[in-house]
Amino acid sequence: MFRVALKMLFGDRGKYLGIVIGIALASVLMINQPGIMISILKTVNGLINDVSGPDLWVMDPMVKNVDDVKPMQDTQLYRVRGVKGVAWAVPFYKGSTKVRMSNGETVQSVMVGLDDATLIGGPTEMLQGRLADLREPDGIIVDKAGAEGRLAKPSPQPGGKPIPLKVGDTLEINDQRAVVVGIARATQTFASQPTIYTTYGRAKSYALSERKMLSYVLAKAQAGESPEVVARRITHDTGLRGLTSEEFKQKNLDYMIHNTSIIVNFGFVVLIGFIVGAAVTGQIFYNFTLDNLRHFGVFKAMGTPDSVLRRMILLQALVVGFIGFGLGAGITGTFAAMKANSTDLSMTLNWQLLSASGAAVLLIVLMAALISIRKVMKLEPAIVFKG
Amino acid sequence: MSQTTPAIRCNGIKKVYGTGDTQVHALRGVDLEVHAGELLMLVGPSGCGKTTLISIIAGILDQTEGDCSLFGQDFRQLPPAERVRYRGKHIGFVFQAFNLIPTLTVAENTAIPLLINGEKREKAIARAIQCLEEVGLGSKVDAFPSQLSGGQQQRVAIARALVHDPKLVVCDEPTSALDHQTGTKVMEVLKGLAMDGKRSLVIVTHDARIFEFADRIAHMDDGHIERVEARAAQDN
Repeated sequence: MFRVALKMLFGDRGKYLGIVIGIALASVLMINQPGIMISILKTVNGLINDVSGPDLWVMDPMVKNVDDVKPMQDTQLYRVRGVKGVAWAVPFYKGSTKVRMSNGETVQSVMVGLDDATLIGGPTEMLQGRLADLREPDGIIVDKAGAEGRLAKPSPQPGGKPIPLKVGDTLEINDQRAVVVGIARATQTFASQPTIYTTYGRAKSYALSERKMLSYVLAKAQAGESPEVVARRITHDTGLRGLTSEEFKQKNLDYMIHNTSIIVNFGFVVLIGFIVGAAVTGQIFYNFTLDNLRHFGVFKAMGTPDSVLRRMILLQALVVGFIGFGLGAGITGTFAAMKANSTDLSMTLNWQLLSASGAAVLLIVLMAALISIRKVMKLEPAIVFKG
Repeated sequence: MSQTTPAIRCNGIKKVYGTGDTQVHALRGVDLEVHAGELLMLVGPSGCGKTTLISIIAGILDQTEGDCSLFGQDFRQLPPAERVRYRGKHIGFVFQAFNLIPTLTVAENTAIPLLINGEKREKAIARAIQCLEEVGLGSKVDAFPSQLSGGQQQRVAIARALVHDPKLVVCDEPTSALDHQTGTKVMEVLKGLAMDGKRSLVIVTHDARIFEFADRIAHMDDGHIERVEARAAQDN
């Protein structure tokens, strides 16, 4: 009888496609929007993720998130180095700067200053040049998205394609010459600003004159010391705030979630996707059952147990749910894959997201099935004798 | 026709639909016996209770009062699941509107009672094809109902009603949607295949053109059986 149920379903192509497309669209909304949200939330921690080596971040106690830099005096670096359990500590600058293009346009960029001696905190993946080339005069490293995007040189032909920056190109930062010595991969920032890496000393000269320049101290716990314990010790001993990388990431996420409406806005779209999916799917599936009510009545009259009828309807609902979700997840996954290597903000798909949206689709089809099952269970088989 | 074994026995069957002011008395005390191997027609004007009576006989509707048994089994004494199983095994149905599933082939439609009774698909289809050959539709097993004429669809319905070898076949206006010639052919097929000496047929109809196929005709009006006439005796 289950094959009969499937043939009934596939035979009514209009409704079958309507239900599948409804579920597919609901799935796209329920996967795509959280996927984009996760990507945005990932950019929040992009800088922390891109910095390899240190496991401790030390900052002014008033810092609320990684972009909310409260510069400290350079001397704080030495206080951190003096805390027990700290293997090493280096200065780290994060600020904003304006880059002047050859056509006179200025581009707001993120500037990262790395310890002159060790270059700790630099990008983990160099696409052109070497990190050590930052030691060359006026050397800077530009992230790929910036080099190919907002910092790309204007085309000499009007309306032509911009020419990506390459090693050897020069830029002007705060009226000072900067030479591109490398191109690196870095996590895209939410505002899609280019990221420029240079040495801490040179960053200070590029930056507008400020009394305090030390954004963060990057430190490493000694072998055998727990980074959490050392972080607490730094906080206690220096009056600054020491956080492990993971704690700092969580702090950023918490800030984003509690101080922006990102969850509400994306959640609203997901909710709409769920409601529209449930309404469209439920309505079409119910109509499909109504259209076949007479046939269900025939089955009932002929002696089909209610349990079999329930399972037939459930099977129909699960099949359209599975196909619709597969289609929706496939479309979203393809889109995500196409954007994976793009420098634009893309979307993140993970098993948790797919599981959650799959569960939502399951809920939708189960609700649709339950409404239909109720109708069929209440059906008097004597209906079959009405011409 | 055997007159010894009552296949269906109805005593004082009453059926009331609705409550209070909206009550409708569909059956007002029906007594009826149908014997094994007998073809009984229930005739009468619309609304006289024919369909209600065969629904009760077939166990798909409960009477309000009275007793009705099929081959000695009172449906009301069976638990619901058992009643459904009994119906699936022992009763075949032929409907006025054929009620074939449009997305299934003729063979698949015919095999449905066997599938309901848990038969394996391959066996069920093989038996269905055999039945379809008996009703003269052996060449149409892979066709869909929409590709058949009305008469052919009703023959498929007959094959479906007989495929699981039921003890009773109930037919609701089996010829009303067909022209006279086709209706006669369908009745010939139905009577020729269904009447094997132990199976009973109850046909609701008001198509006088097919009365000749009946062993007895029960005339109903206003929820009663007014009279039962034996066709063979009358013909004689």
